[in-house]
Amino acid sequence: MKIDRREVLVVGAGAAALASLPLTAMAQDGAAEKTADELIAEFTGGAEVAEGDGVTLTAPEIAENGNTVPISVEAEGASEILVLAPGNPTPPVATFKFGELAGAHMASTRIRLAETQDVVAVAKLADGSFVRTSSNVKVTIGGCGG
Amino acid sequence: MISRREMLQLGLASSAALAGLGFGNLPRAFAQQALTQDQLLQFDDFGNLTLIHITDSHAHLKPVFFREPDTNIGVGEAKGRVPHVVGEAFQKMYGIQPGSPDAYAMTWPDFADLARTYGRMGGFDRIATVVKAIRAARPNSLLLDGGDTWHGSYTSLQTRGEDMVRVMNLLGSQAMTAHWEFTFGTERVQELIEMMDQPLLGANIFDVEWDEPAFEPSKIFETNGLRVGVVGQAFPYLPIANPSWMFPEYSFGIREERMQQVVDDLRAEGVDLVVCLSHNGFDVDHKMAGRVKGIDVILSGHTHDAVPEPVLVGETIIIASGSHGKFVSRVDLDVQGGKMMGFRHKLIPIFSDVIEPDAEMAGLIDEIRAPYEADLAEVIGKSEGLLYRRGNFNGSWDDLICDAMLSERDAEIALSPGVRWGASVLPGDITREDIHSVTSMTYGECYRTEMSGEMLKTVMEDVADNIFNEDPYYQQGGDMVRVGGLGYTIDPYAEIGNRISNMMLLKENAPIDPARNYVIAGWASVNEGTEGPQIWDVVEDYIRKQGTVATAPNNSITVTGD
Repeated sequence: MKIDRREVLVVGAGAAALASLPLTAMAQDGAAEKTADELIAEFTGGAEVAEGDGVTLTAPEIAENGNTVPISVEAEGASEILVLAPGNPTPPVATFKFGELAGAHMASTRIRLAETQDVVAVAKLADGSFVRTSSNVKVTIGGCGG
Repeated sequence: MISRREMLQLGLASSAALAGLGFGNLPRAFAQQALTQDQLLQFDDFGNLTLIHITDSHAHLKPVFFREPDTNIGVGEAKGRVPHVVGEAFQKMYGIQPGSPDAYAMTWPDFADLARTYGRMGGFDRIATVVKAIRAARPNSLLLDGGDTWHGSYTSLQTRGEDMVRVMNLLGSQAMTAHWEFTFGTERVQELIEMMDQPLLGANIFDVEWDEPAFEPSKIFETNGLRVGVVGQAFPYLPIANPSWMFPEYSFGIREERMQQVVDDLRAEGVDLVVCLSHNGFDVDHKMAGRVKGIDVILSGHTHDAVPEPVLVGETIIIASGSHGKFVSRVDLDVQGGKMMGFRHKLIPIFSDVIEPDAEMAGLIDEIRAPYEADLAEVIGKSEGLLYRRGNFNGSWDDLICDAMLSERDAEIALSPGVRWGASVLPGDITREDIHSVTSMTYGECYRTEMSGEMLKTVMEDVADNIFNEDPYYQQGGDMVRVGGLGYTIDPYAEIGNRISNMMLLKENAPIDPARNYVIAGWASVNEGTEGPQIWDVVEDYIRKQGTVATAPNNSITVTGD
């Protein structure tokens, strides 16, 4: 098996357990795409979601290339982090699961963004509570920097 | 710890030196007699460290005329705050007499008249004199270059940046950061770095493939018993505002968390002072100063603002040093026990008729220019009015460039980039050097294409959002795209999609039809493989045919809202 460097990086970051990409599964269902709110409700089982503290989402303010936008998520002690791009035709991006032995509860990857939007991350913390954060990423057609 | 009030007073005391002179509109000889090099350099030494900042010269080796903006709209929190104060309001804010040398140097009113009185500003031989004088008084000074140094002139394009590397080496620059430097392409940047006596610092320059740091983020200078950490911050939006295919290996971005980490690392190293040598642009630096902890001084570049006093954000001071070699900032600091206790600052105006050229630097500049002197000096035509660019919307230079494209490329609409560089030309001769000052670049092809009315609106909305976004982190620091053959109304304070209205095709006096295609000429496309003649040739051909160019005041752009 060939492990490329990006995978190794994710492993190194402690996100080895599972980086599931629900994209294909969703497409196969042929059902209508679920909204971001529905996906979050599914992830939390309807539990309340707090804003802010406890989860960090790092993304560029303006994407250099909307086809490959580097993002990273981190949440101390989290067992899972859900990442959504609500402005994409298929909003689910990834769910990262962290095992009990994970050294750091952090993962980074690159995502494709169809348009300017708020990328959303929801983390399930060690105590079972949920926190969410979002980051606005602008997909621009270019300017003229003076 | 020194109080904020005391810090401000220290700043004001020296800034006031020139403002009080009040020459009014005296004849040139008299005005110059009244101004002396000693006055310009006068500075009561303070503290134990001196920083010298120069930025955004855009490779203008010789003195220039450069008219500061008449329109520089601030949105959100930046509204009404420097640098978004211009003209008479700026004069009032800083107690500058109309018609005084400071008014000429930092504001636009009566520019052409005052230019005849006070003469050109800048020139690296004069800058060398100023730097040497500061170093004589303060041997432990640090000279830091904020970037946009290698690009912007006929000679820098011909030598592909090498002229400026030689000049900055001779000047004794100790570190730089970058923006337009990268438009020479990765390979050339690496070649020039080999020739440099100083590091190119960029905490926010990353490798695209692995998203890992690609340049040295910082350097610690040991001077006068102090350890000074200097962090470089390159222009964050290079791959978006400039052609990323020229430097595909690199990714940029603001990367605030990275800046915090580099500052924290320097603090952990036990430095006495942290200086950020930035090419973020003023509003971005202002926001960053309030969010990243532990930066003492931000030397701010990119947006070309000449600000006569430091701007305080918390315990961070922001110094902005203008452009085109017009100014050098001297910042004296008192640093004790790892803390900045106070500062004294002066934005030194480089009046080229007052400051004696440094012979050594003048010699190097002459040598660099010698092979091109005849080409540079050739008079292409005459201008009836003042030609200038700087400002949020079309300047008269932009109108002339757009007229040239409409005529030479037989287009209905012309688009010209809203860059902030390019020297002004007084009524009279236009030389080839003047044309290159406002057009020089490595991707100057003047394209001709068709674009739908709808697409045109989208492009203008997008560019407007890059300037007038309420959040500075989403601003790219250029001005609005310049247009020819097109009229429009803009509300800078609106949201994206709603700023631009009343788009009109001027030659038909008809509204732009979203569904119709229009013939567009433009230049500085970020797309690889753009074809067309170089813009400076287009402009030169047009001016030559006209003989004397007369640009009427541009009344086709209306700004609304507040």
